[in-house]
Amino acid sequence: MKSNFTSFVRKETLHILRDRRTMLIVLLIPVVLMVLFGFAISTEVNEVRIAVVAPERTDGVREAVERIVRNDSFAFCGYITEDRIDPMLRTGRVDAVAVFAPDYDRRRLQAASGTPQPPLIQLILDASNVNTAGTAAAWLQGVLLGEASPQTLFETRMLFNPRMKSAFNFVPGIMGLIFILVCAMMTSVSIVREKESGTMEVLLVSPVRPFRIILAKMIPYFAISCIVLILILLLARYLLGVPMSGGVAGIFAMSLLYLVLSLALGLLVSTIARTQVAALLISAMVMLLPILMLSGMIFPIENLPRFFQWVSAVVPARWYIDAMRRMMIQGASMADVWVDGAVLLAMAGLLLGVSFRKFNDKLE
Amino acid sequence: MEAIEVKGLSKRFGAVQALDAVTFSVHPGELFGLIGPDGAGKTTLFRLLATLLSPDSGEARVGGCDIVRDYRAIRSRVGYMPGRFSLYGDLTVEENLRFFAALFGVEVEASYDLIAPVYRQIEPFRRRRAAKLSGGMKQKLALSCALIHRPEILFLDEPTTGVDAVSRSEFWEMLDSLRQHGMTILVSTPYMDEASRCDRIALCNEGRVLGIDTPEALVRRFEGRLYAIRADAMFALLAAARRIEGVEACYPFGETHHLVAGADFDMRRLARELGPMPGLHIEPAEATIEDVFIQWMKR
Repeated sequence: MKSNFTSFVRKETLHILRDRRTMLIVLLIPVVLMVLFGFAISTEVNEVRIAVVAPERTDGVREAVERIVRNDSFAFCGYITEDRIDPMLRTGRVDAVAVFAPDYDRRRLQAASGTPQPPLIQLILDASNVNTAGTAAAWLQGVLLGEASPQTLFETRMLFNPRMKSAFNFVPGIMGLIFILVCAMMTSVSIVREKESGTMEVLLVSPVRPFRIILAKMIPYFAISCIVLILILLLARYLLGVPMSGGVAGIFAMSLLYLVLSLALGLLVSTIARTQVAALLISAMVMLLPILMLSGMIFPIENLPRFFQWVSAVVPARWYIDAMRRMMIQGASMADVWVDGAVLLAMAGLLLGVSFRKFNDKLE
Repeated sequence: MEAIEVKGLSKRFGAVQALDAVTFSVHPGELFGLIGPDGAGKTTLFRLLATLLSPDSGEARVGGCDIVRDYRAIRSRVGYMPGRFSLYGDLTVEENLRFFAALFGVEVEASYDLIAPVYRQIEPFRRRRAAKLSGGMKQKLALSCALIHRPEILFLDEPTTGVDAVSRSEFWEMLDSLRQHGMTILVSTPYMDEASRCDRIALCNEGRVLGIDTPEALVRRFEGRLYAIRADAMFALLAAARRIEGVEACYPFGETHHLVAGADFDMRRLARELGPMPGLHIEPAEATIEDVFIQWMKR
């Protein structure tokens, strides 16, 4: 029986290798997504253009402007007059304007000696992109006040991702998405293709147990996913500079668990779908949408309405992405993310059990 | 013991009664044909016998094994070739064959003598992808794959549908030679002319078996007189013939119409009743299996 199992795996591998286009897509999608999310789509503060309105260019104002110039997240666009604020922002020539109070230096000194003061600097921001505006405002405040600002009541320090690079945040999300795409979608389509083409009929009317048929199908897709995993991790580390401070071993272990879970999900879809198109649609509707919306990949779970927070608990990607974020960015170890691991393990076990049971060795 | 025994087998899909209490049996070493149009329930019957479906009622034994209880035992003893091309188009001829050999845990070489008459014809193309084969060659490859484990019983669901005339004839010759190996073969076809190649046939329609016999005996069971008629205006002829009292049936048959009438109805009366028609030609015809089928179908 061993020989027929290896020849099964060989056959599946041939199917994959001969389907060059799909292979290419599977290997290209991760790269494209990584580059896209890593560079093009970013919510980080980069090149925020700032103009300054200051009635008197005192030493204090100059000092503050100097800090803006020196910071490479900001681009200083010069001094402007008050009536230019609105046109400049409206035409998009600047992203933010800092307006200094007339007697900035004096009042700043008074504030330092403990006398309460009305605001000294007004920040006007183009908030058409909410994310950038919010981050820029926070950044700008810190920069303008300077480190030794006497008025500072809070000290904010951004840990783990101090420059708030969005790529760091997206990499785990992309991983959660891609493995579902590769494993679940491809396995379900490949199993359903055999149903559609009638070869499943012939396979079933053979002494080989369905269990082996499935297992043999999963192995090559698992292998491809491992290649994709390595590819993503290499890109994340060396192209985007994600720290991976939690240790590669843990990241791998958690990812392999997630791969198995995705394969099981694909298997389950294949037992429901009758046509390849249906398999694709089910994969897209049932898997992609929840991952995009409910996994915390884009929208933080805490921001979701209570009901959807509960729903998100059954989305495997939520737990995986959480674990990956903590291990890749925060430097958490396997032991720190044991809850995520346990949930994923239980889900994988459940899915495998259900789909093996549902995989019929008859046509109905 | 019969190779295949089917008793009162029924299967329903929703509102469609695909099989309705079908009963027949196939002797060991027999080439048995299921003849009937699309929708006769042939494919459902094959799937039931190949243990891919479970019957609603009735029972069947294949090689002495019950199709419900002993379905695993049946699976290693039968060869099954579904109606659609069901090999891997992206694998080569040879890869397909080797895969199916491995599936059944046998070596291609061990069965080569059995498949040789079939496989030798496609062997020159063994490195070609199966999807790029012609219809006839695909069927030969599928048959080779179905034979690779030397099954006792072979199920062939419409093996010649969509295959050119020459390949069809070759295919039946191959079945003939397989029968000489002592294999029991159950084959279905919608082509009535292929029925005479079988030892015995069952005429099927709408989930029922209309009758079972050897092709020769079935033809003898045709009742009434059969004439082949033709005229310049074939459609007008058909309409006119159907209006004549005493004519049981008249239907297009190849280039002529076949007309069935009672024993008291002779050619002269027929000519008189049809009246003058340009190019009218009437001659007695030998009943074929198709004529029998049409007669039985109408009952």
